Amino acid sequence: MTAVNPKGSSLNHHILSVLVQNRPGVLARVASLFARRGYNIYSLAVAPAEDEGMSRITIVVDVDTAPLEQIVKQLFKLIDVVKISELDPRRSVERELLLATVRVDVEHRSQIVELATIFEAKMLAVGPDAMTVSLEGHPDKLDDFEELLSDRGIVELQRTGRVALPKLDRGAHLRVNTPNSPRGNTKGTVR
Amino acid sequence: MTRMTGAQALIKSLEMENVDTIFGLPGGCILPAYDPLLESSIRHVLVRHEQGAGHMAEGYAHVTGRPGVAMVTSGPAATNLVTPLMDAYMDSIPMVGITGQVATGAIGTDAFQECDTVGITRSCTKHNELVMSADDIPMAVRVAFHIATTGRPGPTLIDVPKDVLENEMTWYWPSDDEVKASLPGYRPNTKGHPRMIKEAAKLIMQAERPLLYVGGGMLKARAAEVLRELVDLTGIHVVTTLMARGVFPDSDPLNLGMPGMHGNAYTTTAMQQSDLLINLGARFDDRITGRVGSFAPHAKVIHVDIDPAEQGKVRKPDVPIVGDCRLVTEELVKEIIALQEGGVAQPDLGPWKSRISGWREQFPTTYEQSEPGNALKPQFCLEQLRELAPEGTILTSGVGQHQMWSSLHWKFEEPYTWVNSGGLGTMGFSIPAAIGAKMGRPDRTVWAVDGDGCFQMTAQELVTATVERIPIKVALLNNSYLGMVRQWQEMFYDERYSEVYLSTEYPDYVKWAESMGCVGIRVESPEEVAPAIEKANSINDRTVVIEFRTDSNEKVFPMVPAGRSNDDLLVHPTQTAIRDRLA
Ligand SMILES: Cc1ncc(C[n+]2csc(CCOP(=O)(O)OP(=O)(O)O)c2C)c(N)n1
Ligand SMILES: [Mg+2]
Repeated sequence: MTAVNPKGSSLNHHILSVLVQNRPGVLARVASLFARRGYNIYSLAVAPAEDEGMSRITIVVDVDTAPLEQIVKQLFKLIDVVKISELDPRRSVERELLLATVRVDVEHRSQIVELATIFEAKMLAVGPDAMTVSLEGHPDKLDDFEELLSDRGIVELQRTGRVALPKLDRGAHLRVNTPNSPRGNTKGTVR
Repeated sequence: MTRMTGAQALIKSLEMENVDTIFGLPGGCILPAYDPLLESSIRHVLVRHEQGAGHMAEGYAHVTGRPGVAMVTSGPAATNLVTPLMDAYMDSIPMVGITGQVATGAIGTDAFQECDTVGITRSCTKHNELVMSADDIPMAVRVAFHIATTGRPGPTLIDVPKDVLENEMTWYWPSDDEVKASLPGYRPNTKGHPRMIKEAAKLIMQAERPLLYVGGGMLKARAAEVLRELVDLTGIHVVTTLMARGVFPDSDPLNLGMPGMHGNAYTTTAMQQSDLLINLGARFDDRITGRVGSFAPHAKVIHVDIDPAEQGKVRKPDVPIVGDCRLVTEELVKEIIALQEGGVAQPDLGPWKSRISGWREQFPTTYEQSEPGNALKPQFCLEQLRELAPEGTILTSGVGQHQMWSSLHWKFEEPYTWVNSGGLGTMGFSIPAAIGAKMGRPDRTVWAVDGDGCFQMTAQELVTATVERIPIKVALLNNSYLGMVRQWQEMFYDERYSEVYLSTEYPDYVKWAESMGCVGIRVESPEEVAPAIEKANSINDRTVVIEFRTDSNEKVFPMVPAGRSNDDLLVHPTQTAIRDRLA
């Protein structure tokens, strides 16, 4: 996994929502597949999914490194991978959480507070020469916030990587392959 | 309710999977599993090095189609198994590895002979699993065999901690449904898409310069018979890749043999000039395509493969068909018959066929006989070997020049008579693979062709062959060099030979063979070749090693230099003058 483009996501990024059996080592399998085949992961988030025994991995891939189709097919070959959906960024809701500690003295604190207010960020902790803020929202919004904050001097920053779900309107859930598609992916069945 | 230990459950599970042979070597962590083996019907072959166990399992699987099993202990034994696992992964060989592991409580503590086997083998197995409870053993075994043998076959591995082998469990045997239910993400697609098959049939009926490009997948799918039907129906020439040799008889004039880097000039050229490649179970390996951008530039492509990820990985197919090669080819045959019955006819393939025969006549794969008094030509030795081989002989090979000559100069008439390491190119494969093949097909003569470099990597398994009474025959083509590397240095590094000379004196292969309980024969001149082979063929209670002293200067031709286009292939020096007729 390589760190990517520090400033924001490209419009061409692809979001793969991968449903996996929650077995020991499953994340290592996914990660080592990306490493071994030379694909770049832009961001990655994992957590238990709605079905018991399953986890959902949201992977944002750097499409320039390999054709998406090949990535998806290779992922499908992992036995623990149950379903892969590609989420079209235009038709999905994407969210991410950012935590940042900014160095700021008492005099300039109000500037950060102002910025936070504009972005609807939360003030989590305030100290004599620093404060910690959090922002939840679309990753692009987080990018902007991060950029503005960095001018003030970020001490520590942590972002979660994006999670995404299809928008509720019809057709948003674009499956990469369907069970009977000629390309023969066999795992696209919606449960 | 039958109570038993995890170790007993493991061995019983293997019996339930109809395992008749295990190749292995015990040690600390796997010890508990070796105890119930004493009561088991399973034959255990005690190897001298775990790599040997893995290649034996592969050889066994190659010739029987059933998964080979290798069982070894933890740590260094598990790492010794890595090469064969990778080899099996590259060549899609069904194989199950069983490794011991330190007790569950010790995992992660750098305990004696602990290693992260599952981590290390993750990218060289189709699937692997660390079994954390004795109760899980039967399911783990069933799943390992199921995954190894279905879809695109491949190696699987079960890592079993020592306490899991020692703990008690209540025996049960999971049903097919339970196995399926435990693998919701694993549903290999075997039936090809009907519309795509129709599409493929149409293309075949239109093509003027079609070729069947047949790979190892056809052997895995046991599709030799239906391939014959397809050829009889269409009259299309067959190209058999290194992994597919034997799937179609070489005696059939429609078989063009091996293409690619060291393929026949006429075969590679036919692919370049084809207008339709019907790829059945092959994967556009770089050794076949040469520079991908200039590979078969005029050809449309039909690609049949059970692995969806092979579609479009290297060459974008016009008609991708995901499915089992046998099932798909059967459907394809039906479609073609339907088209023919409906009055559709293929274009006249005559002009194409005469171009192919023209190339074939002018550019046969050839070599020059040695001058009297000079070293033997390896190709001559192989031809003699083939001439005198009992019917049904199985040939295994190491990796290097001798491998290419074996594939080029042997005539394969039957499927599953050629066992070699294609994708990984593992030196040392030949001897252990031959032992495994002989265990799988004790009724057959098994000849292992080997190079002197390869021989020295795994020759100790000849002790296994002797002690376990698994007589094989070894044809050692001793050119005193890492010949294939030498050839590259001669041709592409201005004859600057760097670390490729082994020795002309050492080892003494005859003495070495004898010390391992084999018959050793040294052959230095052409007239000794046939008698030595005849003698070897007449000895069936011991392993025989014939060392052929061959010409170190001999090179494999044709050759497509690495990274170049197939159009730039170098023909045998005797054909260079007419090279431009190859187009
Ligand atoms: C384990 C391993 N190490 C190195 C290589 C690279 N290699 C390919 S062919 C070859 C030479 C093989 O020598 P030998 O067995 O004598 O066969 P020859 O080419 O002389 O017939 C080497 C070193 C390899 N394929 N496998
Ligand atoms: Mg050699």
